[in-house]
Amino acid sequence: MRSVRALAATAALSLLAFSTIATAGEPKQGGILRMYHRDSPANASILEGATYSVNVPFMGVFNNLVIYDQHIAQNSPDTLRPELAESWSWSSDNKKLTFKLRQGVKWHDGKPFTSADVKCTFDLLMGKSQQKLRQNPRKAWYSEVNDVTPNGDFEVSFDLKRPQPSLLAMLASGYTPIYPCHVSPADMRTHPIGTGPYKFVEFKANESIKLTRNPDYWKKGLPYLDGIEYTIIPNRSTAILAFVAGKFDMTFPTHITIPLLKDIKSQAPKAVCVVEPTNVSTNIIVNSTSPPFDNIDIRRAMAMALDRKAFVDILFEGQADIGGTMLPPPQGIWGMPKDKLQSIPGYGPDVNANREEAKKLMQKAGYGPDKHLAVKVSTRNLAEYRDPAVILIDQLKSIYIDGELDVVETANWFPKVARKDYMLGLNLTGNSVDDPDQSFYENYSCGSERNYTNYCNKEIEKLFDVQSQEIDIAKRKPLVWDIDKKLQEDVARPIIFHARAGTCWQPYVKGITIMSNSSYNGFRFEDVWLDK
Amino acid sequence: MFAYLVRRLFLMLVTLFGISIVIFFLLRIVPGNIVDILFAAAGYVDPADKVDLEKQLGIDQPLVVQYLHWIGGLLHGDLGYSYVSEKPALQEILPRIPITARLAGLALLFSASIGIPLGVISAVKQGTRLDYALRVVSLSGLSLPSFWLGLLVLTASVAMFGQMPIFNPNPQTLGEALATYCIPAMVVGFRSSALTMRITRSSMLEVLRQDYIRTARAKGASDAAVNYHHALKNAILPVITVIGIEAAFLIGGLIVTETVFNIPGVARFLVEAIRWRDYPIVQNLVMFIAVVVVFANFTVDMLYAVFDPRIRYTD
Repeated sequence: MRSVRALAATAALSLLAFSTIATAGEPKQGGILRMYHRDSPANASILEGATYSVNVPFMGVFNNLVIYDQHIAQNSPDTLRPELAESWSWSSDNKKLTFKLRQGVKWHDGKPFTSADVKCTFDLLMGKSQQKLRQNPRKAWYSEVNDVTPNGDFEVSFDLKRPQPSLLAMLASGYTPIYPCHVSPADMRTHPIGTGPYKFVEFKANESIKLTRNPDYWKKGLPYLDGIEYTIIPNRSTAILAFVAGKFDMTFPTHITIPLLKDIKSQAPKAVCVVEPTNVSTNIIVNSTSPPFDNIDIRRAMAMALDRKAFVDILFEGQADIGGTMLPPPQGIWGMPKDKLQSIPGYGPDVNANREEAKKLMQKAGYGPDKHLAVKVSTRNLAEYRDPAVILIDQLKSIYIDGELDVVETANWFPKVARKDYMLGLNLTGNSVDDPDQSFYENYSCGSERNYTNYCNKEIEKLFDVQSQEIDIAKRKPLVWDIDKKLQEDVARPIIFHARAGTCWQPYVKGITIMSNSSYNGFRFEDVWLDK
Repeated sequence: MFAYLVRRLFLMLVTLFGISIVIFFLLRIVPGNIVDILFAAAGYVDPADKVDLEKQLGIDQPLVVQYLHWIGGLLHGDLGYSYVSEKPALQEILPRIPITARLAGLALLFSASIGIPLGVISAVKQGTRLDYALRVVSLSGLSLPSFWLGLLVLTASVAMFGQMPIFNPNPQTLGEALATYCIPAMVVGFRSSALTMRITRSSMLEVLRQDYIRTARAKGASDAAVNYHHALKNAILPVITVIGIEAAFLIGGLIVTETVFNIPGVARFLVEAIRWRDYPIVQNLVMFIAVVVVFANFTVDMLYAVFDPRIRYTD
């Protein structure tokens, strides 16, 4: 853990250094920010997107009701700021959240923004409107919302079934922009209209995305840039070479792996680079509905055989984090403290002792040196999945499990997992907000569509509700830690590590902050400027 | 000759019809469809929503109905809509064709203009150091994968000149224009030029041993006249065949080169469309490529008659 502390200190120092660099001098108006994009998003509709490939280029087109402070790396309840809402208040029973809306805000096509737009947006998200989103991946976020009611043109209330303080966190996510009532979901996919600092110009699939300055932006004087241009370059080597050659002002956020970061620093030593957690965990999904993993002893043995530090050292040169379901501190708000984490079987520092325990469990289940358990380890055919899967197979050998890699094409991965056509899988789980409600309900509640392992524990589900209704963060944290610990002990979805990734920009780019506990919320870019 | 042409054109139509069936059904055999991919990206598997979207896109209908719908549209010039961008497929495909056509044309030009003369020189100078050197170059051309060569060129450009020749849709200078197309064309054409050179060399060597070449030399014809007028004209047929085949195979090389040099052409677009299982784009693009290949073969056959007066297509 010393290295984790050192990392934290380094990160804090680099953040401090970066903040100093980024805010030095008076902001200058003008210029186009040139960035490469890692792939061609399916469309331009953030509400329908399920990848930050959509958020990054299009978040600047929109505003939310509330947003995480774009200059503070760690998203937390303390960094929530009003945006299209001027203020918000909770009713005394914490079941009604009322927003006073900003007046005089206009959509990019000149029409006025009102509370009707807020209602339309959430009716779309809750599946209540006549018009439908082609995809609605975050419908479950609003399961506790009864209704959204406008009170006049500039006030709107969210009526909840029960108190849910996390609702504000989800409203602040880059995934929750406010859409205009008068534009159809289909049009929002091809030509989005927002109230944000940048207007959409064009999106040429596999080529480029262009945004231009919104001269009528309600924040006077912003944005500083004349526009942002994203060139779509799926080939990472080409993209990084182009950044090094100065063709781009910035890399795609959190797109640089730790080994590649070294290359950039050696070839473009003046580039400013930061490494932050992405809040994406690499984990094991276990099909506990059929043998051999219906046996809890084998599941526990497997979890205890993990040498998490080896994963982190091999894949990230030591720069990744070990934790439970929630992103570990200091970047994570809700992650378990170190002592609690290490009390979970398999998390202790003595890997050999853990594996001896694991071997005993395997022997109890009938396996040993003369009788190995053969399993297929399924994973997606992407490097970030395949590489840890190979290490996992190697580690499982130490407890008499012979793994065989089963690489599955992306199109078939989730259908295969959904129909439980796997024994053991290596999966990645991204969290768009660092919040227990989003993580627990989505991944571990009985019947949730993303609960791939079908883990279902009614007792723990009650605890989900208890923590979800707790208003006091200090009281809520221990509840979250207990749940997280229990999930790891139950081998619901053993977490191996939480990844980190790098972002670089040229030294003349100012005002960039890369979020340290989410990859989805920090791309409004309204006060980014170019010092040249 | 006219009847031969009509027969060839009829055969081409039959071939294209066969290809359309193969394309259509092979594409559906590949596991997963656009809905699977969209939902996979979300990690979201609500069956009802999936069924809705499949219905919306028409991929819930029987395959025969889908095929007839596609072919019917194709005959009327309606290529359908891209599942991903929701724009007309024609609008997505058309702007990319000239980009790839330029690149492919330049690559073939590079291949022929380098491969044929070097092949002739190598044959004429058989057994000399120059011949060995040229054979090493041709062997390296065949051995180097174009993605690796492309990355090497990019890395060298950045390291040596601090510049990078990736695609620029609006080149401002001649240098930029050259970099946009010529460098990638050379990278992709290098392999074809090596093949062209080897075929030219072996074909030339065979012809240079013929009696009529000795007769031409005995008549006092110059080396250049013998090599280029008498020998090359008779050695060129296999070279034309190879260039024709290479034109068809070029699309494979272009996929890699367009990706490495980030050129928004047809080949890279095709790969992306396959990744998304964007059927209207994939099947129309592959059909377009099939048409190009079929016509390239037809052109090669016609060129035989031009280059060898002994070949006459009779009725």
